[in-house]
Formats: sequence, structure tokens, C-alpha cells
Amino acid sequence: MFDGPEPIYVQIATWIRAQVLSGELGEEEQVMSTTQFATTFRINPATAAKAFSGLVEEGVLYKRRGLGMFVAPGARQKLLADHRKRYFEEVLDPALTQADILDIPVADIVDYVLGRTPRSGGGAATKEK
Amino acid sequence: MSIAPFGAALDSVAVHYPTSWRMTQQGTVARETGGTALDGATCTFPAGAITGLLGRNGAGKTTMIGLLAGFRRPTSGTVRVGPEGYERDPWENPAIVSGVQVVRESGDVMPDEKVGVTLRHYGAVRPEWDADYAERLLDLFEVDTRKNPASLSRGKRSALGATIGLASRAPLTIFDEVYLGMDAPTRYAFYDELLKDYAEHPRTIILSSHLVGETERLFEHVVVVDRGRVLLAEPAEDMRARGTSLTGNATAVDHLAAGHRLLHRQELGPTVMVTVEGSLAEQEAAEAADSGVQVGSVPLQDLFVHLTSTTAQKESER
Repeated sequence: MFDGPEPIYVQIATWIRAQVLSGELGEEEQVMSTTQFATTFRINPATAAKAFSGLVEEGVLYKRRGLGMFVAPGARQKLLADHRKRYFEEVLDPALTQADILDIPVADIVDYVLGRTPRSGGGAATKEK
Repeated sequence: MSIAPFGAALDSVAVHYPTSWRMTQQGTVARETGGTALDGATCTFPAGAITGLLGRNGAGKTTMIGLLAGFRRPTSGTVRVGPEGYERDPWENPAIVSGVQVVRESGDVMPDEKVGVTLRHYGAVRPEWDADYAERLLDLFEVDTRKNPASLSRGKRSALGATIGLASRAPLTIFDEVYLGMDAPTRYAFYDELLKDYAEHPRTIILSSHLVGETERLFEHVVVVDRGRVLLAEPAEDMRARGTSLTGNATAVDHLAAGHRLLHRQELGPTVMVTVEGSLAEQEAAEAADSGVQVGSVPLQDLFVHLTSTTAQKESER
């Protein structure tokens, strides 16, 4: 856990964002404390605190005095908007570049996309109802 | 009431040991060659942080610790230890040294008395000593308190040392390679306890080690000493950013690595893995992604080995 090339606090922040996006961490739900984080993953508490303060600045988490860190209301929507914007640039573009290299015709890709059954009927969108 | 964490700083510190003669048990005289343990070392240990003091055997780690604890004085230079803004020379300064707990592998215990006697001693000299916590730790580490430290195994003696270090809750606690004798489960239990207790009772902790792999994520700050000099003293994140590993096709990797100082190169058939100094610029990272070169981080352990072995090379070239 957390042994990618980025600094550890960046990886922790990415992990928490992913949990909020997937709905595993609901809004107004309490996040593990820095102490719990530190002992669970054997990292310095200051490293975890740095990740948390970054997420507070982004508006993903907020601090309740004396209680701890909580997921901010509207955090998921905000992350969704942000990640949707970046999806085309960061995920789809490289995939299409790779398809070009492999000489896969555009028609094949379109067919594949249309023929693919969306996972659990469009992912988390149905969960909200 | 707890005492504020201690910071510590060395400023151009040199320690030279004079050549001395010592009487052996056989009655002959043995010559002990002196040498330079520290040579112009300057660094700080930030108050309230866990700092890793890293260096190879004989680099000067233990001498540095001896200075911080007031066990010895430097030949030249200054040593300052104390709460932020009130740092003082620790030598013969009871207000400072009562707040510094050093745990050495040799163990500062009473070897021929029951473990409880040693614990009572520390209870008397450390104002923040937590006797209940010490008992819980000894239970956790399965140390038999009815035994004498001398009759404990090496691992259990290390665990006793770790217990003394943690339960003393000293504003500056230094562990000098204590965990070397412990087995893996005990070491992990020690790291967990250290992090938990540090989070609840913030204080300054220095862990000296040459086994960097297991402990690197515990550090907020690192000081690397090599041959009596301070190679670097900086936040652990900065040290991690000092190296990048590149894996992939030889031509692509070598092209990318050309602009960086090479620390290590390994060939695996047509694939090469190199470690270079510094991190990649945005443009280089894009180039790496395009040419299928995997960019990775370098474990502190590897960086430490590269950094300390390259200085060794430089020295021999002189």
C-alpha cells in the first residue's frame, strides 16, 4: 500500500478521493484519524496529516473541532465533475493513441463501445436514486 | 503536565579520539588508535518530528548520539539541545539531560538485578515515566520481569530497551539500533507502539539505523551521515525525490537518463533499469510515457546505498 512513485501523502490523498468517488466513504462520514492512519499503514502521522490538510483545502474533507475529519457535503459531486473532465484527457486519449499505434480502425472501437454492457447499469449514477 | 519536545542542532562539530594506551587483563599495554569520528558535522533534528539518523557502520551515528545526550563533548563546534527557543549545551546540564533518553543496543540496564529494579530506576530519573505503560509493553513483548536482563535473550533485552525508550516519554528519545536483536513480529509491534504513542504524546524521536527499508516510512525527517560528515539533512519526502528509477527499452531509457547523474544501471536483456539523481521534468515524464518507460520511485534504502557508496568512490579517487 502506498508504494507508488509519487510522494506518500499524494498517494494517500488519491486513495481517499477514490473512496469518496466510489461511495465507500459517504458524505458526512468520518475519515480515519491520522493516528489510525499512521498505525494501520505504518507511516509517519505527519505524512497522513499533510494529505488531510491538502484534502481540506480542496474541499473534500472538513475538520470538526475535537472530533476529527469528515467528508464534506458535495465532495463527491465536485470530484465527479473534476474527474470526468480529466477522464478524456488522461484515460481515453492515451488509449486512443495506443489504438492508432495498433492500427485498430475507429469503427471497431465504436462497435466495441456500443456493444459493451455498462457495468451495473451506469455505475454509481443509479446508486444515488 | 508534559514538557515541550526538544529540538537538537550540531554546528560544525568535530570529534577526534586521541590515540591512547590501555591496560589489558593480561597486564600488557594495548595501543588504541584514535581517529576522527565527526568532521565538521552540521545538522538539525527538528522538535516534535521522528528523524531517521542513517549511516553505515562507523559513519559517526553513535558519536553524534553521545553528543546529543551529553555523554561526551565535541573537540570543536557546538551542540544545542532543548525546547524550541531554549536550546542549550547538554554537557553537565541536568535540566536538559533529564529530558534525553538514549536506548542503546548494549542496554543501559542493571544486568544483575531483576528487570523491575531497572524500571524503578528509570521511574525515578525520568519525570514523564509511565509505569503502567511500561508494564503493558513488557507484556506485549513477552519480557519476563522476574528475570535479570543478563539472563534474557538478545531479542528480549532489545525489547526491554524499547520499553524503556517508549515509557520514559522523554522530550528527546533516541533509539540507537535497538531493534537489531528483535525478531520481525516484535519489530513490527515496536513500530506500531512507537507511532501510536508518538501520536498521543508528541515528542522528538531519533531512530538510528542502517536497516532503512523497514523504517523509512516512519520518518518525517532524515539525516544521513557518512565518514563523519553530514551528507544530507532534510524532510524524508525531499530525500525520496532525489532519485528516480527508469525501466524499459535500453535506447529510450539511456536517452532519458542522459540529462541526469546516473546512480545505478542494471541490464536485464534488452531492458535496462537505471536509477538517476533527481526527478523527471514534466516534458521528460511525457516522453517516458510515450516511449513506454516505467518511471518509479527509489526506496530510501537504495538511495542511501547509492549515496553512501558514491561518496566512498569519490574518496578513494582522491
